[in-house]
Amino acid sequence: MAFVQQSSPHAHNALPTSRVMLWVIIAALPGLIAQTAFFGWGNLINVVWCIAVALASEAAILKLRGKPVAFFLRDNTAAVTGLLLGLSLPQFAPWWVSAIAVITAIVIAKQLYGGLGSNPFNPAMVGYALVLISFPVAMTTNWAEAAMLFQGAPGFGETLARIFSASQTTVDGWTMATPLGEYKHKIASHTATEVLAHPTFGDGIARGWEWVNAAFLVGGLLLVFLRIITWHIPAGFLGALMVMSLAFGANADQYAPLSLHLLAGGTMLGAFFIATDPVSAATSHQGKLIYGAGIGILIYIIRSWGNYPDAVAFSVLLMNFAVPFIDYYTPPRAYGHHKARRGLPGKNQG
Amino acid sequence: MTQMWDFAGGIHPAENKQQSTARAIRMAGLPERLVLPLQQHIGDPAEPLVEVGERVLKGQKIADVTLGMGVPVHAPTSGVIESIAELPVPHPSGMNDWCITLKPDGEDEWRERHPVSDYRSLDRETVLGLIHEAGISGMGGAGFPTDIKLRPPKDRKVDTLILNGAECEPYITADDMTMREHAAEVVAGLKVMAWILRPERCVIGIEDNKPQAIEAMQKACEGTQIEIAVIPTKYPSGGEKQLIRILTGLEVPSAGIPADIGVMCQNIGTAVAVSRAVFDDSPLISRIVTITGDAVREPGNFEALIGTPIDHLLERAGLESRKANRLVLGGPMMGYTLTTTAVPVTKTTNCVIAATEAELPAPPPEQPCIRCGQCAEVCPMELLPQQLFWYSKSGEFEKAEHLNLFDCIECGACSYVCPSSIPLVQYYRYAKGEIRVQRAEQIKADRARERFEARQARLEREQQEKEQRRKERAKAAAEAQAKKQAEAEKAAAAGEAVDERAAKAALVQQALERKKAKAAKASPTGSEEAPAHEDKPDIEALEKQLNQARAKLDTMQGMLDEAKAQQADNVDKLERAVAKNHDRVQRAEQALADARKALASATESQTSD
Repeated sequence: MAFVQQSSPHAHNALPTSRVMLWVIIAALPGLIAQTAFFGWGNLINVVWCIAVALASEAAILKLRGKPVAFFLRDNTAAVTGLLLGLSLPQFAPWWVSAIAVITAIVIAKQLYGGLGSNPFNPAMVGYALVLISFPVAMTTNWAEAAMLFQGAPGFGETLARIFSASQTTVDGWTMATPLGEYKHKIASHTATEVLAHPTFGDGIARGWEWVNAAFLVGGLLLVFLRIITWHIPAGFLGALMVMSLAFGANADQYAPLSLHLLAGGTMLGAFFIATDPVSAATSHQGKLIYGAGIGILIYIIRSWGNYPDAVAFSVLLMNFAVPFIDYYTPPRAYGHHKARRGLPGKNQG
Repeated sequence: MTQMWDFAGGIHPAENKQQSTARAIRMAGLPERLVLPLQQHIGDPAEPLVEVGERVLKGQKIADVTLGMGVPVHAPTSGVIESIAELPVPHPSGMNDWCITLKPDGEDEWRERHPVSDYRSLDRETVLGLIHEAGISGMGGAGFPTDIKLRPPKDRKVDTLILNGAECEPYITADDMTMREHAAEVVAGLKVMAWILRPERCVIGIEDNKPQAIEAMQKACEGTQIEIAVIPTKYPSGGEKQLIRILTGLEVPSAGIPADIGVMCQNIGTAVAVSRAVFDDSPLISRIVTITGDAVREPGNFEALIGTPIDHLLERAGLESRKANRLVLGGPMMGYTLTTTAVPVTKTTNCVIAATEAELPAPPPEQPCIRCGQCAEVCPMELLPQQLFWYSKSGEFEKAEHLNLFDCIECGACSYVCPSSIPLVQYYRYAKGEIRVQRAEQIKADRARERFEARQARLEREQQEKEQRRKERAKAAAEAQAKKQAEAEKAAAAGEAVDERAAKAALVQQALERKKAKAAKASPTGSEEAPAHEDKPDIEALEKQLNQARAKLDTMQGMLDEAKAQQADNVDKLERAVAKNHDRVQRAEQALADARKALASATESQTSD
């Protein structure tokens, strides 16, 4: 009688990586639905297109690297990268801009660094930053006007045609500046009341955007509830953004108000879905808080004093740089020790 | 209500305890053979006290530890020693080790017993001696000898004595059933240990998934000061460090022992064994073992003699060989797989799981770590399993150690939750093993260096001493030369010519005269007196001879030592010379002794005459 030889533990009950990623996709659906409801079919088309390109490029590069294609495709991580880019890119971003962003993310940022688990930078944000710098016009003029679906917005076919058309002609009445961009560019010469009169802000905080952010917040809280992410990164991220806004942005005639910071742009998507990418984030609880807070602070700095109206991608990438450093200095105190062993071996033995 | 604390992390695996608690503890009965490993716990193996073919009685000591840490082994029943040989023992490596095989004769005849009714009238050392002689070692984990554990370091006072009834591992119910059915013995044993240690507090920690055990223990503890602490079910609450944290809020210092913070943990089974050792004078010859898993028809607990082969128990529980896929000794979280059912029950065997493939399926293939941090969330030691894995895998052991690798208790919680199904614990075991090997090699290298340095220093010292001696000799020689010259000059000055030839002639003359005198004496005197008379000058001569030989040997020895120190080429030759001179001295000694003996007997015969 031959028995199986195995090392302990013999019992396992893990949520496999593929399922973790599936939950991330599910949790992002409320946000996607809100985007579609307020900004038309653009995001949905982008998401589908980006996921398709992500899977194809992942399969191709895995094959080139001589890795088992099916085994790695099943982990759903490429799909999540595609999803995040589809959710982040402007609604009418041309197909080739999206494709370049996705291929950069999968091939360069992820696979050339060693594939799943080895990438120091958030792949989706590397792709996003690349196209934002390379194609600034395409990335700033293709944001859909909010609430179009209710007011004779371009239909599915029209949107599809525009995204995949060879010539990129701007059609008036389809696109509009984002609230963060509008505020940033107008506030230097106008008062807050004048700026907020622009239709992009609507009657609430930021027309359409407030609901999209609220939906991503709900999806994010679901991930926290399911223990797929911990609360530390979003809390550090949003907390720091709030503190910065309260400390520096009290004057609405100079800086965007706190409500706009929290509920416009990619704030909630960034806090719960992008910054929490485990591979490129800090690991200990303390480290996650610091990492999240760093992103929040950088977002405020870039939005307020930098050249870009939104800054999730750059902030996340800058903090990715700091992750090894943060990890060295934020290990938890282990059981039976007086204090944590920070830094490298041989120093500060606790 | 006992105040309780929580420990970090932890998991809630499927308990799977109901299968083996449905039946009362069954007697496993006498197997055909009992196989008793000489090493059943950490420390040193015992040495057999019996020979093959010898008949032993139940409870008779058949092996004991003479040197080092350990406890004796006893015959679990009466019978004949069949063999002392290397046989498969329960060990993760599936290795063989020395075992005494006993063939029971069915009589179950006890050795003489001397139960103690009032242990309080004895002194504590005597009771500790009883515990040692009963062969009791911890029956939960590594099996540390109980009498040694019950003697905490002199500067440590045990304030809290904890009896660990948590039994947090899934499947295992040996302690649960023991508490249900032998509550009185558990409490009696605990009281003996409490009397030895005199703690301020005595707590039994039991997970809240064992209501019947809790009830039984509460009843047995009525009227005593023993606390029953019902702790929340969470793996690994039964880990010593975790249970201490739950019940005292204190943490055992890293690399320390619980006694450092005034706490001691003992196992339920150990308490029963102590009780039986004291009140029945029955050594540790049986224990409760859980036999469970979907591949046995009647899972449950057995009271089995130590040495009972596992297959005997599996058979009693109705093993369905076809269904058995994996055989785990211990629990599903920390147990190890067995390659054969031929291994015996030892003092630390608490559970055997005969699992089907569906029950404990093979883990999916390992995927890359996505740094999700689930492992850190569940680590009860608050370590960073993910970084430890990273450093263990890449061979950066120094960094792994820095992140407290050696605090890992290998509970398996991290592997249990890992979404990439990485066998994390295996990596930690590997890293620990490598570091231990490196350390051992470092110690060896250090010793070699120290030896080399010491030798260099010695050689230098000897060189200096030699130089010193040579100088002294040269000085002495110069002085002697000077003296001789002075004397010669003096003699010359006195005008006394030294006639060597005349002196020689005189000597020859003297010798001749002595011989003549001897011959003359020998002829008139009787034969009895002659040897005695003759022996006297002989002894003197022999003594002189011996002294000369000794002196020469000393000189040669000195030369040899010097040559050795210098590593000269003529060491061999000198060694031979020393040996020769040694022989000569011995011969001279022998001759002298013979002569003395002869003289003595002669004198004796003379006096008696």
